[in-house]
Amino acid sequence: MENKKASLRSRLAEHEGFLSVLASLICIVIGLALGLVVLAIINAEHALVDGLWVIISSGLKSPRNMGTVLANAAPLIMTGLSVGFAFKTGLFNIGAAGQYTLGAFGALYCAIVLQWPWYLCLLASMVFGAVWGAIPGIFKAYLNINEVISAIMFNWIGLYMVNDIMYGGGQGAMYDMASTKTYSLRKVAKQAMIPSCGMSDVFGKLQSVTIAIFIAIFFAIVIYILINKTTFGYELKACGFNKHAAQYAGINDKRNIILSMTIAGALAGMGAGLFYLSTVAEWNPQVSTALPAMGFNGISVALLACSNPIGTIFSSLFVSYITVGGTKLSTQYYTKEIADVITAIIIYLCAFSLLFRNKIRGLLAGKGGVNLGKGGNG
Amino acid sequence: MFLLLKYTLLYTVVLMMVALGGMFSERSGIINIALEGIMVIGGLAGVIAIKLMPAGANMLVIVLGSVAVAALAGMIYAALLAFASINLNADQTIGGTALNMLATALAMVIAKGFNGSASAKLDYSNRAFIYDFGELTVSAFLFIGIVILIVSYIMLYKTRIGLRLRSCGEHPQAAASVGIDVYKMRYLGVLISGALGGIGGMAYIVPSVSSWNFEVGVSGAGFLALAVMIFGQWKPFKIFLAAMFFALFKSLANIASSTALASLGWTQNMYNMIPFIASMVILAFTSKKSRAPKAEGVPYDKGSR
Repeated sequence: MENKKASLRSRLAEHEGFLSVLASLICIVIGLALGLVVLAIINAEHALVDGLWVIISSGLKSPRNMGTVLANAAPLIMTGLSVGFAFKTGLFNIGAAGQYTLGAFGALYCAIVLQWPWYLCLLASMVFGAVWGAIPGIFKAYLNINEVISAIMFNWIGLYMVNDIMYGGGQGAMYDMASTKTYSLRKVAKQAMIPSCGMSDVFGKLQSVTIAIFIAIFFAIVIYILINKTTFGYELKACGFNKHAAQYAGINDKRNIILSMTIAGALAGMGAGLFYLSTVAEWNPQVSTALPAMGFNGISVALLACSNPIGTIFSSLFVSYITVGGTKLSTQYYTKEIADVITAIIIYLCAFSLLFRNKIRGLLAGKGGVNLGKGGNG
Repeated sequence: MFLLLKYTLLYTVVLMMVALGGMFSERSGIINIALEGIMVIGGLAGVIAIKLMPAGANMLVIVLGSVAVAALAGMIYAALLAFASINLNADQTIGGTALNMLATALAMVIAKGFNGSASAKLDYSNRAFIYDFGELTVSAFLFIGIVILIVSYIMLYKTRIGLRLRSCGEHPQAAASVGIDVYKMRYLGVLISGALGGIGGMAYIVPSVSSWNFEVGVSGAGFLALAVMIFGQWKPFKIFLAAMFFALFKSLANIASSTALASLGWTQNMYNMIPFIASMVILAFTSKKSRAPKAEGVPYDKGSR
């Protein structure tokens, strides 16, 4: 009996997936606890019932809230996949926000100006995102410029460019003077709206709940298979682990870097497609001071999921869930950004989830802790 | 013309200070992508410090006091990055990104809490920071910036500490072998970058306007400063020149519509884009002989060779 228990423990200690999930859950619990501290500092009296409880329960309170969670989770899954996929191939795609911006442009241009059907608009958003992802890839492959730096630059270049074209001095073809945003697809381009297939009726008549969530989950599975079950995915991963070893094994590392970034860009661009073609919101081309948060939140969900595509589905649902919870906080006591603070704390903790993982492994294996492996990518 | 000069000086000082901060951190071996967030926190702390100063306070007290608070806040925030990346060997880029996200959210929560309303906009008086010389208006940060530039140069190249700090960014194991405490040096680098980033954030917000909405953070100025640092090849005076170049275009974006340049028909967005495009071009041409510190971004592992 004793023996069986011990072997189960040691087996769990060796199971990477189990350790990752546990480490992420620890990050979440500590993050929520620290969030409670922040709530208590602002307003101690209401911290628990009107604060934390609202954040972690509101998402399920009504069908409408659940719908909002799903509508925001779909694009988040895509940007999360984008960042996570790049991570798996040894690249840090901080450019998801820029690729998302270009994707939004592609989708809205094809929808409003060209009046294309929704699936073609979605494809356009992928292509635009892919191009914007490929550029830092090319810079990395041929000029050895760190992809983080070039992606940051192209984030801003993309934002200024897209805003300039969309706004067009107030005369842009997609710009609606009345709302100071792009035209609402519900009014001018019904054919470009992603079909709801009855989803919106289930979720309290919320029009923005569409089959987007299923498209996102489908792509998560595709990426999972691509990374784990194909030769192509193996080559990409090999480049990420050790570029020189991959080269030695006859893998074309330049091609693979560019392809990884292109695929990552396509995924992020499509995230924008899912968001804007589901008419969750319209693009505001007059905001040139901040990149879309969806791109950076993609980094959060990818980290929380340890870059696992299937895990990304759940981490996106979670982040979307507590963000919606944040908006339901009573403004009398708190502001909705508390949810962002909690998410950011969780991500900060994720940065050293390796440490948690090794600690858990040590505890399970019956030792107080094991030596850390070499951190980072060396 | 005076307007252009005024804005250029303003942005030059901001970008230079923050880029110098990034330089100290990277020269010690830690990539500081959190500069954007540090600027937000520093700016917020500085603004709140101004608001909390007693009404009749001396101008000099206001300036030095609030700048000190901004620097301190930046250092405390940067310590989070230092802790994660130096003590826990966490990935520096990820830690920095998390801190950037945290900074904007935290700043809004604090600003709204301070206001006691649903708006993250803080009003303050910036009179103590602005001086008029005839038609030209300069801010107190110009003088602070010049001092910081000179001190940075001397510290990095003419003192023992500077040499030790630089060695930790090139080959930490070699540095350790001659008795240098790598952890201490890297902490020093990150904390200096926190202080300069904090002051820089305040310099970005305070002199130009008398109210700031923290919803926008510092709108990418921290990332621009990173570009300035790379453009300046991690060297103080080159960083100064790079900062001037970037600042010129950023100012042109601000004043283009009201001057003769309007006839060119360029929009504000185009001017804003140019520094980023220019730095990509420069990066493309200089990448083969980049002067980036060799050990930056690599967690220090005592046993590795």
